[in-house]
Amino acid sequence: MASGLSKLSPREFDYWKAQHLLQRAGFGGTPAQVLALKNLGLEDAVDSLLEFQEIEENGVTARTEGRFDDSIMRMRTPEERRQQNQARRTGNEAVLERFRNERQMRQRADRQQLAEMQQWWLGRMIESPRPLQEKMTLFLHGHFATGYRPVEDSFHMFMQNEMFRSNAVGNFKNDLARNIIRDPAMIKYLNNNQNSRQAPNENLARELMELFTLGEGRGYGEQDIKEGARALTGYTYVEDSFQFNRQRHDNGYKVIFGQRGNWDGDDFVDLIFTRPSASQFICEKLYKFFVNDTPGAAARDGRTTIRQMSQLLRKENWELKPVLRKLFMSRHFYDDANRSSIIKSPIQLVVQSVRSLRTPVRSLSRLVETCNFMGQGLFVPPSVKGWDGGRKWINTSTLFIRQNTLVYLLTGREPSSNPWDAAGGGFDARHLVDHLRDLPGRDRDLDAVSYLSRFTIGSVPEEERLALWVDYVRQRGGATDNETLVNLLALMTAAPEYQLC
Amino acid sequence: MTDNLQHPWSRRLFIRQGVTLASLAATTPLFIQQTAKGVMLPQGSALSSIPGMPQDRILVIVQLGGGNDGLNTVIPYGSPDYYKLRPSLGIAAPGRSAEAAMQLSQSNGIGLHPAMTGLKSLMDDGVASIVQGVGYPNPNRSHFSSMDIWHTASPEGRRGTGWVGRYFDNACAGTPNPEIGIAVGREAPLAMQGDTVLPVSFESADLYRWMGEDLDGELAKPYDGIAGNDASQESVDQLSFLKRTTMDAQLSSVKVREAVAKQPLVSFPGGNLSNQLRMISAMIRSEMPTRVYYATLGGFDTHANQAGQHTRLLRQVGDSLKAFYDDIKAQGNSGRVLTMVFSEFGRRVGQNASGGTDHGTAAPMYFIGDMVNPGLHGTHPSLTNLDNGDLKFTLDFRSVYAGVLDGWMAADSSDVLGRRWKAAPVIKKA
Repeated sequence: MASGLSKLSPREFDYWKAQHLLQRAGFGGTPAQVLALKNLGLEDAVDSLLEFQEIEENGVTARTEGRFDDSIMRMRTPEERRQQNQARRTGNEAVLERFRNERQMRQRADRQQLAEMQQWWLGRMIESPRPLQEKMTLFLHGHFATGYRPVEDSFHMFMQNEMFRSNAVGNFKNDLARNIIRDPAMIKYLNNNQNSRQAPNENLARELMELFTLGEGRGYGEQDIKEGARALTGYTYVEDSFQFNRQRHDNGYKVIFGQRGNWDGDDFVDLIFTRPSASQFICEKLYKFFVNDTPGAAARDGRTTIRQMSQLLRKENWELKPVLRKLFMSRHFYDDANRSSIIKSPIQLVVQSVRSLRTPVRSLSRLVETCNFMGQGLFVPPSVKGWDGGRKWINTSTLFIRQNTLVYLLTGREPSSNPWDAAGGGFDARHLVDHLRDLPGRDRDLDAVSYLSRFTIGSVPEEERLALWVDYVRQRGGATDNETLVNLLALMTAAPEYQLC
Repeated sequence: MTDNLQHPWSRRLFIRQGVTLASLAATTPLFIQQTAKGVMLPQGSALSSIPGMPQDRILVIVQLGGGNDGLNTVIPYGSPDYYKLRPSLGIAAPGRSAEAAMQLSQSNGIGLHPAMTGLKSLMDDGVASIVQGVGYPNPNRSHFSSMDIWHTASPEGRRGTGWVGRYFDNACAGTPNPEIGIAVGREAPLAMQGDTVLPVSFESADLYRWMGEDLDGELAKPYDGIAGNDASQESVDQLSFLKRTTMDAQLSSVKVREAVAKQPLVSFPGGNLSNQLRMISAMIRSEMPTRVYYATLGGFDTHANQAGQHTRLLRQVGDSLKAFYDDIKAQGNSGRVLTMVFSEFGRRVGQNASGGTDHGTAAPMYFIGDMVNPGLHGTHPSLTNLDNGDLKFTLDFRSVYAGVLDGWMAADSSDVLGRRWKAAPVIKKA
């Protein structure tokens, strides 16, 4: 266990390890994709995920330019503001009501655009030939969590999302931390547009250290928050662009971590990254996201690995890519204790199911909705802390939603108060067991059930359960029948193991 | 019997057949017993004991989504400004017309919307109250933000947890039963999200189950065994946790669906809210271990042609609450169940040009139950001293929550609300 980042022997990189890599560094894949990844060998397999800029984007993911309307929540023109002010002065209710109605219409249109954006991103995760880029974008969204509600500008959420995507495996300090204090959505979300010399607002300064870089109470004090907030004064935005407002910026000396200077926001970030906990904290979060989220695992079995990741991140001057490369090639990453040890987020559950079983997508809006019900609405994390994840995803009702979402993906039948829509189907599951066809002299039904359970739930279940599943297949006429396979998959994906990856 | 129990999948069948708790205890592992205690309390038995929580008390929250027009629900007919600002929408003073308000307080000039006969009769019976002018400082007029504020009880910061969720976290961490809070609806309300406790939510009990059984009846048998071998209660790994929850879900599904299948003791008027409250009443009657239920009715965002729509909504609210109370009373539970009704905001004082009203601020809340301090409470906000055309609140909603938490849930409201709020006297002194 305490193997840290020492490398896995390339000879040990087998089919199931390739599947593990593809699930963790992406959203899983079909048997054929897993086999192709395995055949690349360990180093090339990891590089094929990590060096994604070399992969041509496909039709769905390539078109982002002009995809969304940046003008829905535009500011009022000076003329409009003049009219509104005049109406306020004169008490002209009709004009004021027109402005109110117009604003409500914009807000409605903007919420509609956000809904489209949720589908767009979920669709990207399902389709992208660069799964790690989307997976890291999802990680960064949860890390630098920003919620649409107080932002109320879908285009700003989109801009932030694209910023994460283009820096997905970039430099944590220079690309991500520095950009996030310039990001209009974040500035609005944490009220930094109200942070001025005259009336400092500490929200961004506090969360920048507590949640984004150092971790709660780890290497900073209330004084550093106050002084850091002063450094961030005047960091605001106009329309869709960052703006440094000199008049609102506090030009005095500040003392941060005992160092005195006329610091601005970038200096503040630089100072933060001199603290030891900066590398430790982000590596702990990466570890939980990619390696193991069992309560206590990061503190217990992952300690050595996290320490080495953290040293490497500093040595590489905050570049994420070399750290991830080492991690995905490490023995520890593939250790039995770390396989099937992460509870799938709702997004992982949906995207991995579609990508690995190759079910039809059915309806993106339904899938977005079901992720909301399971507790993970894209662009609407519950707070600036992001999603707690792990066991917080699971209770008796989300478990049924998870199981039933799989039934929906597999069969197209959606649960509702009305009897199920019998139409649907359209899923051919036989590609999952194709490669078993030519095995000589074996029990085909047993082979199919064993392979499928390993492929879906990561293990072959104990005898009793396996026997029930094999019985079911036999009594239905064997594993070559598509409907039988689909029903069997509905059963397997309802197993508690399927919630893990 | 013992043989039967060695197969985990037979356990659900076992429960379907209604075997008693005592016989389970002898043979099942500890965590199943705990689960079973949570979901299988025989009717009329002592209720589950949850530390820090009164054993017999239930809170039912009814959310009126969209912003209910408080001024046309609890009507300040004594104020001439009311009719000035609402020339066509204003409801006439009691006795003035066929559609006049019902009298609540002659001395204060306050009446009730004529469609709310159900609520009126509960008021007349001394088992309901209206708390006037509830709101919070710097009111937010966005549905979503204001609803979040009511759910989190935190207008200033962004808390990811709700006030009921934090109450659960404080009062019953470690509670084995999964149904401590049940929301009827597709989405679990933020109000009930805690750090450790998540609410169970379902739109109809028939959806609170695995749909795969509908594909092929033969799947039921292998599905009953889907959780595999029992995981030990102590085990910390993810799979043991998931196996326990899967087992909980299977047990809970049977229990909930059995509970709501019960016929009510009185007739319910029908409609969305009525159906939800009927389900909740049935679950209460079945002695579910649930302490907080949540129901929601939408449609109160009446920007245009408000009169007819609002009348229909209020009739549904009043009649549903009345039927719910009557059913609970017929069960002998009306002393145990407190119902609280709120909306994210009221509406602007002046009607708009489309015969409707726009988003506003303070509004009344409603309480029903034998423990309620009955009648009309607080001060109706002034119609002359307005804040930019909106009512100024006279009572902070967190004081009302404090009244519920301290007075009914026997909690320390300052733990839940982050500071001490003066508890509004919504509950009768014992």
